[in-house]
Amino acid sequence: MTEIFGVPTQALFGQLLIGLINGSFYALLSLGLAVIFGLLNIINFTHGAQYMLGAFCAFLLLNKLGVGYWWSLAAAPLIVGALGVVIERLMLKHLYKLDHLYGLLLTFGLALIIQGVFRNEYGSSGQPYPIPQELAGGHNLGFMFLPNYRAWVIAVSLVVCLATWFVIERTKLGSYLRAATENPALVQAFGINVPRMITLTYGFGVALAAFGGVMAAPIYQVSPQMGADLIIVVFAVVVIGGMGSIMGSILTGFGLGVIEGLTKVFYPEASNTVIFIIMAIVLLIRPAGLFGAQK
Amino acid sequence: MLAIFALAPLVVYPVFMMKVMCFALFACAFNLLIGFGGLLSFGHAMFLGTAGYITAHAAKVWGFPPELAILAGTFSSFVLGVVTGLLAIRRQGIYFAMITLALAQMIYFFYLQAPFTHGEDGIQAVPRGRLFGFIDLTSITTMYYTVLVVFIAGFLLIWRTIHSPFGQVLKAIRENEPRAISLGYDTTHYKFQAYVLSATLAGLAGATKAIVFQLASLTDAHWTMSGEVVLMTLLGGLGTIFGPVVGALIIITMENYLAHLGAWVTIAQGVIFVICVLTFRRGVIGEIANLLKKPL
Repeated sequence: MTEIFGVPTQALFGQLLIGLINGSFYALLSLGLAVIFGLLNIINFTHGAQYMLGAFCAFLLLNKLGVGYWWSLAAAPLIVGALGVVIERLMLKHLYKLDHLYGLLLTFGLALIIQGVFRNEYGSSGQPYPIPQELAGGHNLGFMFLPNYRAWVIAVSLVVCLATWFVIERTKLGSYLRAATENPALVQAFGINVPRMITLTYGFGVALAAFGGVMAAPIYQVSPQMGADLIIVVFAVVVIGGMGSIMGSILTGFGLGVIEGLTKVFYPEASNTVIFIIMAIVLLIRPAGLFGAQK
Repeated sequence: MLAIFALAPLVVYPVFMMKVMCFALFACAFNLLIGFGGLLSFGHAMFLGTAGYITAHAAKVWGFPPELAILAGTFSSFVLGVVTGLLAIRRQGIYFAMITLALAQMIYFFYLQAPFTHGEDGIQAVPRGRLFGFIDLTSITTMYYTVLVVFIAGFLLIWRTIHSPFGQVLKAIRENEPRAISLGYDTTHYKFQAYVLSATLAGLAGATKAIVFQLASLTDAHWTMSGEVVLMTLLGGLGTIFGPVVGALIIITMENYLAHLGAWVTIAQGVIFVICVLTFRRGVIGEIANLLKKPL
């Protein structure tokens, strides 16, 4: 067996792959957080719970209605996104004039409720979700075995992230969005319905989280706690990247996933903490984050 | 309040009241930071947990007497407060909350893996020992009044801090930071001091708790604990003096009576959060103070 730096290549590339997968989810979630924060000025603590909701939505669609993976991939984000719209209209809307911290506290409370309800119903253990038939199996690349489904997750996350970047940075709709982030009152004065835009933005960010959840379902098990610890890592990712730039969120997400994977190979004890350590270092050197604007 | 807590063991189970006092001190320490400094820390569990572990380890493995063990635990939280404070204070508002949460999660993973904490089991059967060599803490009554003294001392220190010139500057920073800067105050320095003081007092609460329950476990270092202390303070009233005590009393009582319902406790906590933020932002004591038109 060949080795690189004294580590078998199989293990190295295996962890690299897992790192890229985790990175896909970090990127999808931190992207959603950044988009929501940009327009609503709220850190969406419910994001982890909404990711979990996406996975459970797919699980329930499969087991109660017999709806498969492909339909779930479209339906779950729509359902969870619609739920997000309801939350924004009923609750978040009242908080925009207050200190940002109240948004954080409210969404934290919502996350507790959602997680509590599912823990009550399904316990803490995970539920299995099968890999769709079309993507079962894998390819032997010579230096490693690549399961098809994992390749699919990485590719689709990349496409979705880049599409989001394209829409926000390169289209007219995106330019409205960026303008409203800078100065909502002025944009409203130009006749654009800013409140509706805010609602849809929140719905979209939440849908991204749910989309991540559906894709994660066959890889990790579907469990009520799956989003809770992930969201804290994503917060660290957001602090490292800075929320100013969409591309920054994507790059930081994937990059940190890979670093985490490599840590598992070379120094497994630190694999849980490496992202937080990087965050501490970044705070010392560049407090605004790698891609954040210094204010 | 002193009279209520001093006489409480006659009517209520003393161990329950000791738990309330430990959490009340924890919440008061937290409130010093958010209510008067305007900084929301989402990682205060790291101070509670750290002090608990160090105290338990010092008392059990190193054989420290209880007063020195508590001191060691409190000091470790002070050190942790200095280190994390230097990092977290570099960002404001929402970022501050996320950074403290992430740092606390890092500390949590450290305790999960470090051998001296015994992972999921925690440090069990911590000896209570004899305070100053002659006060036997194994008796419930002496333990109760020792906790009462610690709690009142911590509470008075916070009360004194809030009403000192230092506390007034903190309030000024919370209300209008640019103005405080223009008046010549080094606001970062003030915030850092408030953070470290809050961390140390949270540590005192954690250290005392470890001696009372003879246990230091991962629960105290987990992010749910950080969320709980936010909830206690929010429910009691941010920036009020008695609010965190009342909040701790309500939340601990609720947990005690709902404990057999499992996940419903989490749901109830979430619902209280949502209701507080949407309709009840002053909290219980804050609303009463508003009715009486004087600060409590």
